[in-house]
This record gives sequence, structure tokens and C-alpha cells, in this order.
Amino acid sequence: MRAYTERIREAAKRLLTEKRVDVVIGFRKGTIPLVNEPFLVKDPKDADQLYWDGNCGVNLANYLAKRTDRVAVVAKGCDTRNIVVHLLEFQIKREQLYILGAPCHGMLDRRKIAGELKGKEPTFAEESDGTVKISGREFEVTLDRKEFLQENCSICIHRNPVLYDELVGDLVEEQQNVDRYVDIREIEALLPADRWQYFSKLVEPCIRCYACRNACPACYCPTCFVDESRPQWVGKSLDKTDTLTFHFLRAYHLGGRCTDCGSCERACPVGIKVRKFTKKLEKDIRELYGYETGLSVDERPPLDTYRPGDPEAFIK
Amino acid sequence: MNNPYLPYPVRIRSVVTETEDRNLKTFELVFLRPEDEARFQYMPGQFAELSVAGLGEIPIGIATSPTEKGFIKFTVNKVGKVTHHLHNMSPGEVMGVRGPLGNWYPWEILEGKNVVIVGGGFAFTTLRSSIVYMLHPENRARFGDISVVYGARSPGLLLYKEELAEWERRKDINMHITVDSTNDPTWKYNVGFVPAVTKQKAPSSENAYAIVCGPPIMIKFTLPVLTDLGFPPDRIITSLEMRMKCGIGICGRCNIGTEYVCKDGPVFTLEKLSGLPNEY
Amino acid sequence: MAERYISKEKFTRILDRLMSRYRVYGPVFGGMYHDFEVLKEAGDADLSFRNTRLSPKGLLHPHSERMFEYSLAKDDPEAGIVKEAAKEYPATLILGIRPCDARAFQLVELNYVTEAFQDPWWRNRRKAAVLVGLACNEPCESCFCTTAGTGPFDETGLDILLVDVGTGYVARAVSKEGGTLLGSMEGDAVPSDLTEESARLQRKAEGQLGKQFNVDDLKSKTVSELFNAPFWDEVQFSCINCGTCTFLCPTCWCFDIQDEVYKERGDRIRIWDSCMFPLFTHHGSGHNPRAQKLQRVRQRFMHKLKYYPEKYKDGIACVGCGRCVKHCPVNIDIRHVARLMSTSCTCPA
Repeated sequence: MRAYTERIREAAKRLLTEKRVDVVIGFRKGTIPLVNEPFLVKDPKDADQLYWDGNCGVNLANYLAKRTDRVAVVAKGCDTRNIVVHLLEFQIKREQLYILGAPCHGMLDRRKIAGELKGKEPTFAEESDGTVKISGREFEVTLDRKEFLQENCSICIHRNPVLYDELVGDLVEEQQNVDRYVDIREIEALLPADRWQYFSKLVEPCIRCYACRNACPACYCPTCFVDESRPQWVGKSLDKTDTLTFHFLRAYHLGGRCTDCGSCERACPVGIKVRKFTKKLEKDIRELYGYETGLSVDERPPLDTYRPGDPEAFIK
Repeated sequence: MNNPYLPYPVRIRSVVTETEDRNLKTFELVFLRPEDEARFQYMPGQFAELSVAGLGEIPIGIATSPTEKGFIKFTVNKVGKVTHHLHNMSPGEVMGVRGPLGNWYPWEILEGKNVVIVGGGFAFTTLRSSIVYMLHPENRARFGDISVVYGARSPGLLLYKEELAEWERRKDINMHITVDSTNDPTWKYNVGFVPAVTKQKAPSSENAYAIVCGPPIMIKFTLPVLTDLGFPPDRIITSLEMRMKCGIGICGRCNIGTEYVCKDGPVFTLEKLSGLPNEY
Repeated sequence: MAERYISKEKFTRILDRLMSRYRVYGPVFGGMYHDFEVLKEAGDADLSFRNTRLSPKGLLHPHSERMFEYSLAKDDPEAGIVKEAAKEYPATLILGIRPCDARAFQLVELNYVTEAFQDPWWRNRRKAAVLVGLACNEPCESCFCTTAGTGPFDETGLDILLVDVGTGYVARAVSKEGGTLLGSMEGDAVPSDLTEESARLQRKAEGQLGKQFNVDDLKSKTVSELFNAPFWDEVQFSCINCGTCTFLCPTCWCFDIQDEVYKERGDRIRIWDSCMFPLFTHHGSGHNPRAQKLQRVRQRFMHKLKYYPEKYKDGIACVGCGRCVKHCPVNIDIRHVARLMSTSCTCPA
């Protein structure tokens, strides 16, 4: 993946010097191991700060909605699908974008790695050849990369960009025969009372910080439903009903729009598996409408079109 | 130790619609408990948090002067959740008042000085408090000349119309009432924007302080006029608005730089403001 | 002040007894990370932790708290009158609080308890709490407490400081209340080799931390210089304006007040709020002085590193606990921002 870094830097310098774009959005290396910072480059001289590795899980499409300038963005498979959603929802125009497609080998889950290290703190992390070498004060360990991917990455079937102007790496083989809904079916099999218990327990640590919502590229409403006061739909305290309402309703607002990029789970400071909500919606949309989010700019999403053959089991 | 977040219960004694667009109403409130009234000692310039149980609180300038006994008045603009409900409340209903809060116009410094008041729109509430205070027989002699320029978009949007007319007839205060424009042939006062009328009437800055309250655009154009008239920044006083919740400098939201508008303000001199970040 | 050596076995027994006298909060491992929770058994506390995910500020200022209650029933003569909600302030002991978090309590006290106004709930909970702190033998990479004016073995703000010397704790009483509490615990005189070990651990920890930025530089720049500096554009880009930094931070105190109604009664509650949220400064008129992300991001750092020190003539409103550094979803690092603030200059060449 070092090669990606070089290609991204070269492309950024070229695009900015040729004035093909006004800015380039990518990542720069983080100040602590296993995390990188989204970074905007205006001056070609700063392009050398751009960087790419397995810690680029943040979805950069989050920084695109309602931009008015011409922007180049480094985008993995899921990121490009969110760009498609932005295009379908008129949040940005295709002409403004220069997509630097980055075929993805899966992003690392630093909290999973932390769990493995059991309290030992990494001061240095490096990837090579399918492994991650982590070292800290008085320890060093080499991990198999595949075992420590973000959960959404381990079941990803769209690692290659679906829309791009240029690739910064070679296309990768898509994972085959992936069952994306094992965990969802387990929850579906629970009795309603147990299901309620399950979700109540899931959001128990929630502190209403909205990191999940703000990290999500599809959550760009100028005023989120949570912040409306006339009328006030949802309370803002840690009341259990209000907290569950926030998560459920946000998931519904993402029906047919979520690409399972995992940014929400990655951002949550208290480790809530927020994707349990959104994946159910993804499964339902798949089964009801045969639709997968963000694969084509030419197909309207099912929730903003009516087709005569649409299932109507919920209206009887 | 009394709880500074707990409002005093008050009853609405009267509600007067001030403006023709019905967006501004003056509420006359009386304390349910005399000990609360005794604790509510205030000076013109201060504000209070009006509390409506079930809806919330709003920070509103106190429109009465401490020389008016037995009641307090607030003129409230209808903008959001709490104010919409408040505007539909009637005399006899119970609500809450928390205060007095904030600092006040610098009355000790204004002693012996001429006072020029420039107000616009519904920011006039604490200016009413100030004028009533200064005109009170016990206080009038403490101050020099009082000049007032007060304007609204049209005659129907002026606050306290009857009192304005009364003051206009008095000899111990120079009232310059104005409207931006009007089709009313009976309008007998000035026509023109507040900054323009201020410039025209040219109140003297000698031994004088100016108190300016109004919408940001009015303040923006009035300040150069006052500067040209010779008022230095430390003799131009204004009162700011901010989104507030606690009103006592604890919840952290109303700051401009190091200053909490609810506690270190809302009254600031221009000199003080120019040292603060331009974020208000 | 008094010092005792308490072996780890004795400590467990002491903790048991303390739990009958106090509501004891300690660091409890919840599967992924530690948080301060009420101990049900002495063994629940894991003092081998680094630091809790959420700071202990929630013990004095919970996220959601009922302030008042009122009736809205039409026939109730007291309808619409806001009344105090019943509160309990049981004697509390916070075990294992790190020096940075304890110092944070002192910092925020300047906000909650002033001459003019005292926040009754924070103040009462603070008065009821005894802080038995645990020195940091192994600071994290993201820690910078020494830079922020405190340190891994800093006693300020604690009642008792415990130093884990392996076989047990060297317990040092800091405050008068700490002295009384320590006196009630069984322990031995501290052997000189353990005093040395404690000092060695302190030197090692402080040496590990180093100096990450210079707080004095921040003092020498004016508010105006820093406010108008050009680097905020770079700092604010990646921010997603969530509440992670503010909610995890031990020195952030901002809150919102909301009224919540259910049928014929209601509560006035307060909940944590964040200057990162766009609504934070949104006026009823629709005007918002911090409508742009840059303004909100700048406000947070200016408040922490410049406004607070200027206003209270205290140090910076940051204790270097490193939680924001570790958990910001986009790796905005306050140390990096502080460096930008200290080395920048908008004065003419």
C-alpha cells in the first residue's frame, strides 16, 4: 500500500498544478498509531503530506456534500458508493469531482487490535504483506491483517471503486460467497421481547455524542430530526426510549442509502455496534426491492420511486 | 444556599400587544411571594430568564425601572417555542422569573453626565427602563441632559407608544422619535433611519455617554455617527444578545472570547467589545 | 502528611469496609474498556487499568440530570410552578481516579462555584466525594499531563494518593480528610526501599512524558492574534463536529437545559451539550455567531488554551489526559493545535 501513497501524491500534484481541481481530499498520517486524519490539499507543495495505509477507514465522501468547488477525492469502494448516493441526491455534481479510486484491501479495526493487546499500548504500527507489526514499550507482535479488519470490511463485496476517474492501485478481487446477514438473522430469530432487550442493551453505553451520525456521509441534513424543537420529535437526554428512537430512526433514514462503510461504528467512542441497526435496513431493502445502494448513478433508489410491482405487505 | 437555577413563581397581571404585527407583547408580572419580590433588586440594563414550565426559559431585558414598584414588565418578541406559547398565555396564569441577571448600565459613572440613548426596534426595552429611572423625581437631578433617538420600521412597530408621546411632551428630556418610512399623514415625528436621525440631531458628546441598543445593522451604522460626534469607544455603551440557557455564567454557551454575555455582560462598552473576538 | 504502606491483600479488605461507609466508584472493565461504576464487590475494581474511557466528570455532573419538576394539571393550584427535585448526596469515594482527572475537578470548580452563583448539584456532589487517586506508573503515548501543568504523580486535588509499588500501595494523605481516612485504614509504616521505589516510578513516568508544547507561548500571544490566525482552516477541515472530544473531556462542562413533559407533569433537565454542535449558539432569531464549522472548532481550542487561562488566571483548561487525542474519530490532536497556536505569529515581520 506504500505504492498507493506515491500514486496519490503524484496525482494530487498533477491535478492541482494543471488546475484540474481546486482541492484534493485525502488523508495524512495520524499523530498516534492506527489512525489517520482526513486532509485537504490546496497547494501542490502540501501534496507530500498525503498518505495511505490500512487506517484510512473514515469515509471521505462525508466531506463532499454541498461543496461548490472542484474537488479530487481518494475513495475506496464504499466511499465511491456514497459518492453515487450524493450524486443521486444532488448533493454535488459529477463535473465537480475527480475520483481517485482506491481499491481496498480492508481497513484495520484499531479497537479490535487494542482488545488483542489487552491494555498494552501501541507506539508504532506498520503493515506489510498481509501482516501488521505492532510495537510498543517492551513488546512487539505481528498480527494477521485479515483477522483484524473492521467488521464491515471482512464481509465487504464492493472493495473496488464503482465510479472513478483514475485508479491509484490495482483492482482487487471481490470476496465471493459472503453471507452478509448472519448476525441480522440471529436477531430476527429472537422473540420481540428478547429483541427489545437486545437493542436496549446494545445502546446502553450511548452518550448521544452523535459521532455515528456526523461520521456518516449520508447524514447531511442541515437540521437533524434530533435537533428539531417545533415540534420536538425526540428528547436529547440519555432516556432509554429517546436514545433507542434516535438510533432506530437514523437507521430508517439510511434505508437504501447506507453502504455499510463502517464509519459510524469506527467513530463511536463507546464502541456501540451501530451497524446492527443499519444492516437490517440494508437486508430489507435488498429483499424487498432487489436493490444495493450506490452502485449506479442511473438507477433511482427504491424509496424515492414507485414501481407498480413494489411489495406492499405493510399496507393491507 | 439558594438555587440560582430555580425561578420565582409569578403571575401574569396583564398582557399588552405593543406592535401592529402582534409580534411583541408586554407582560406585567407580579411575584407570588413577597420575599421573592424583595430579593429581586435590579438596575436598568439587567435581564431575567422568563420560565414557562414545560417549555423552557428565555432571557429578556427588564423593561421596568426599579422605581416602579410591585410589578415587573418584559416585552417579548415571538420567535420560537417558548415565546409562541408565552404569547398565548393570559392574565392570571402562572409562570416563572429568574434573576435579576447580568450587569447593568454604569449608573455610577453616568452620574453628573449627559446621556444620549439611541435605540431601534424592540431592543428598546432596557432603554425604557433607563429612561423611566432617570426621569424619576428622585433621580432626575443626578443626570445632565437626556437625549433619545428611537426608531422603528413604521409607526405601528414602535414600543410603548403612549409613553413615548408623554416623554416627547416633557421639557427635561429631548425625544427624537422616528420611523424608517410611513404613509400615515398624522405622523408628527421624524422620518428617517435611526443613524441618519442621530446624525441630524447631533447630540453633543461633551461630558456625555451614549447607550446604543438595536438590531446589528442599526448599531453598525450608528457607531460611526457617534464616533464622528466625538464619542470615544469607552463612552459608547451597548447591550448584546446571545443564546443563553443558565444565564449565570455556568453552562458555557454565551461567551464572546473570555466574557460571558449573561454574567460579564450583556452591557459592554465599545472599547471592551473591540478587544473581544468578532463573534457575536 | 501521613504515609502508609498497604499490601494488596490488606487493601481488598480495606476496600470492603470502605464500601460499607461510602458509595465507592472504581474503574470497572466492561468488556472493551474501563469506566467508573459503583462497586458491588471489592473485586470489581480493576486498578491495573490505564484510564477510563469516559472521564469521572460524570460522577459529579451526570450527562442527564433532573433539575426541577412541575405539575401541569389544569386543576392543580401549583401548576406551572417549578420546584426542586429531591436529591441525594450519599458519601462517595472515587477510587483510582488519576491525578489528571482529579486536577480537572479543581479546574472546573472555578466555573461551577463562583462568588455570585454556586451550582448546588455539582457543589454538593463534590463536597460529598472523597478522592483516592492512583498515580500513573505507565502514562500513555497520548498523555501530556506534565505539559498541561499537572503530572502522573500530582497530588493536587486528591485526598489520598496511592502509588502501586507492586506488592501493595504506598498511600499518602494529601488533604485533612484524606489524613483522617488514611488514619482509619490499617497499614504499615513505609519501608525506605518502597519510598525509593515510589520515587523511581515517579521519575520514570515523568521522564516518559516529556514536553509536548509550551504553555507559556500561549500566554504571550493575544486573543486577537490567535483568533485571527490562518491555521484554523487546516485544523477544522477534518472535524465532523461530533461531541466525542467534549463528552470524554474531564474539563468540558457545557450543558443544555430542556423541559420534558409527560402528560400532566414535567421535568426541567440538564444534559451535556457541546460547542461542537451547530445549535449551541443558535439564536431564536435564526442568527448564529458560530454557524461555520471553523468558528466552532476554533472556539473549542481557544476556550481550552486561551480564554480559560485569561479569564481565571489559572493554567490551561486541559489536563493532558489524552482522551480526545485517542478517540477523536478523525485524529484532531490538541497537542498539534497547541503547537500551531504557540509558534504562529501574525505580527508584521
